[in-house]
Amino acid sequence: MAKRSEDFRVVNIKYLNELHFILELEGTKPLPEIKPGQFAQIRIDNSKNTFLRRPFSIHDVDYAGNRLKFLIRAIGDGTRTLGTIAENRMVNLIYPLGNSFSLPLPREKVLLVGGGCGIAPLLYLAKFMNRSGVVPDILLGFRNSKSIMESDEYSKTGRLFIITEDGSEGEKGLVTGHTIMKDLGAYGRVFCCGPEPMMKAVAELAKASGTECEVSLENMMACGIGVCLCCVVKSSRGNVCTCTDGPVFNIKDLQW
Amino acid sequence: MVNLEFKIGSLRFKNPVLTASGTCGYGYELEDFINPDELGGIIVKGTTPEPREGNPYPRMAETPSGMLNSVGLQNKGIEYFEKIIYPRISGFNTNVIVNINGNTIEDYVTLAERIGSLDKIPAVELNISCPNVKKGGMLFGTNPVSAREVIREVRKAYNRVLIVKLSPNVTSIEEFARIAEEEGADSVSLINTLLGMAVDINTRKPALPGFTGGLSGPAVKPVALRMVWQAARAVKIPVIGIGGIMTATDALEFIMAGASAVQVGTAIFIDPESPVKIIAGIKSYLENKGIRNYSDLIGCINS
Ligand SMILES: Cc1cc2nc3c(=O)[nH]c(=O)nc-3n(C[C@H](O)[C@H](O)[C@H](O)COP(=O)(O)OP(=O)(O)OC[C@H]3O[C@@H](n4cnc5c(N)ncnc54)[C@H](O)[C@@H]3O)c2cc1C
Ligand SMILES: Cc1cc2nc3c(=O)[nH]c(=O)nc-3n(C[C@H](O)[C@H](O)[C@H](O)COP(=O)(O)O)c2cc1C
Ligand code: FES
Repeated sequence: MAKRSEDFRVVNIKYLNELHFILELEGTKPLPEIKPGQFAQIRIDNSKNTFLRRPFSIHDVDYAGNRLKFLIRAIGDGTRTLGTIAENRMVNLIYPLGNSFSLPLPREKVLLVGGGCGIAPLLYLAKFMNRSGVVPDILLGFRNSKSIMESDEYSKTGRLFIITEDGSEGEKGLVTGHTIMKDLGAYGRVFCCGPEPMMKAVAELAKASGTECEVSLENMMACGIGVCLCCVVKSSRGNVCTCTDGPVFNIKDLQW
Repeated sequence: MVNLEFKIGSLRFKNPVLTASGTCGYGYELEDFINPDELGGIIVKGTTPEPREGNPYPRMAETPSGMLNSVGLQNKGIEYFEKIIYPRISGFNTNVIVNINGNTIEDYVTLAERIGSLDKIPAVELNISCPNVKKGGMLFGTNPVSAREVIREVRKAYNRVLIVKLSPNVTSIEEFARIAEEEGADSVSLINTLLGMAVDINTRKPALPGFTGGLSGPAVKPVALRMVWQAARAVKIPVIGIGGIMTATDALEFIMAGASAVQVGTAIFIDPESPVKIIAGIKSYLENKGIRNYSDLIGCINS
């Protein structure tokens, strides 16, 4: 699908907690086809220290309203500025970028695992699967009950499991320690996005149980369109670009 | 109608705005955003005789109004270029120029010879200014003796248009521009990236694993502009200005300082349409000012 550069209107910024917000944007023309796992490079004009665009996973898509949602963690100047843009201001996006998660076979058992703002691409992924009749199990890990985000949304798309580090909601611990992970072999595929140590730990378990595993990487990017070669990851085919060959990789192709 | 035609010797460019090596892939990566045929030229990614994996990740650090990169000439080598890439880009209706790199003089000569047998590549850009490799690259471009030698040998082996890309990491840019001219180069392009560095105070480590990287973007523009002005006064061959060009205003500054043409690099990362917007901007400047030939502006600040 052709990539494009387009101005979007800020419809709404909704804070889910102190650090995370949902940025809802509206375009002026019909959206191109967007696949789950794809991302956009957002230009952040009013942040003095933000020269390059910033990459964010597409969290949700509303084709009828030409709207996109992003789930963003305010971590530095760029994301903090994005989180304070006034409604109706315009932001420029280059999208849709990157490859996508693979689609499960009909009736295949699928598990989505996310941690922190790494849950972002999993909502659209789950909705996308729902369209072809697949209802995934979804395991989301958070620090504590206060940091849980969008559980209502996720529970509409699949069977939701929550784990918190302090046990204030759901099971206690890290996603890899959750009960359903003990039976990972029951799943045909696991899709994972979150902090790299978490993805690596999930990848280990998937390898041990022989489950197909795809992860979404967040390498630092300059262009996002495959021209600068700054975002590479070592794969079985040598260095490949996270922005064009990824961001989703089957762990078999990574040297993890 | 304004005239934007630019020439190096007998090689005609439809306008003086090219895309810089390492920032536009092979041109086709930009096709969703622009029609590459509208560009004055495309300088493709630095190519070496053998395939190279480049430097380890991370390779980039953002800096105020710019970025440091340490890609290290990752490319699939000349053979892959000839067999796979060349057929894909030889249909472009613009000048596709290959940026050539090596560890040794023989490497550069071999590349020039092989590129010389590809009909649709009318020029090479001899990169003796890459700051991100241990051998070759900038080591040639910062030493007058080896710069002269490599340019001389490539000139003997290559009879199409030879552009020499100069390093800004030297005391006298005039000296290197003159060496290129004396050894028969048809043009010089400058600047390649400025050697720079950044430290991550949280990890207490250099931001790039190899410590240094090449600085590009608006942060380097005033330095680049000064060097282009100096080089253009030192030689008669056309000078191609590069460094932090984001807008038509930037491009016009370089032209007025003495550049016959410009290359757009890092700007593409922020706006892939910027090269064609710059062409349009130059055109409308000329129209508004009633100037027919953009070439009337070349070096005009000196008079
Ligand atoms: C394909 C992709 C999808 C992403 N999806 C999301 C998403 O859906 N939601 C979300 O909140 N974030 C996402 N990110 C990460 C997001 O791009 C960074 O958090 C953002 O660029 C930080 O910008 P900043 O200016 O606020 O921070 P900066 O001031 O630039 O940096 C703040 C800190 O964040 C680190 N950082 C900067 N860029 C990145 C990066 N690309 N990856 C990891 N760490 C980084 C820096 O090292 C620094 O420590 C994604 C990244 C990629 C590559
Ligand atoms: C990511 C990146 C990769 C580059 N790769 C090359 C290269 O392969 N060969 C080369 O001669 N210059 C290379 N350059 C330098 C640019 O062509 C240009 O000279 C420099 O970036 C200054 O221009 P700018 O500020 O417009 O980017 C690279 C620059 C960047 C940012
Ligand atoms: S970010 Fe430029 S190639 Fe991936």
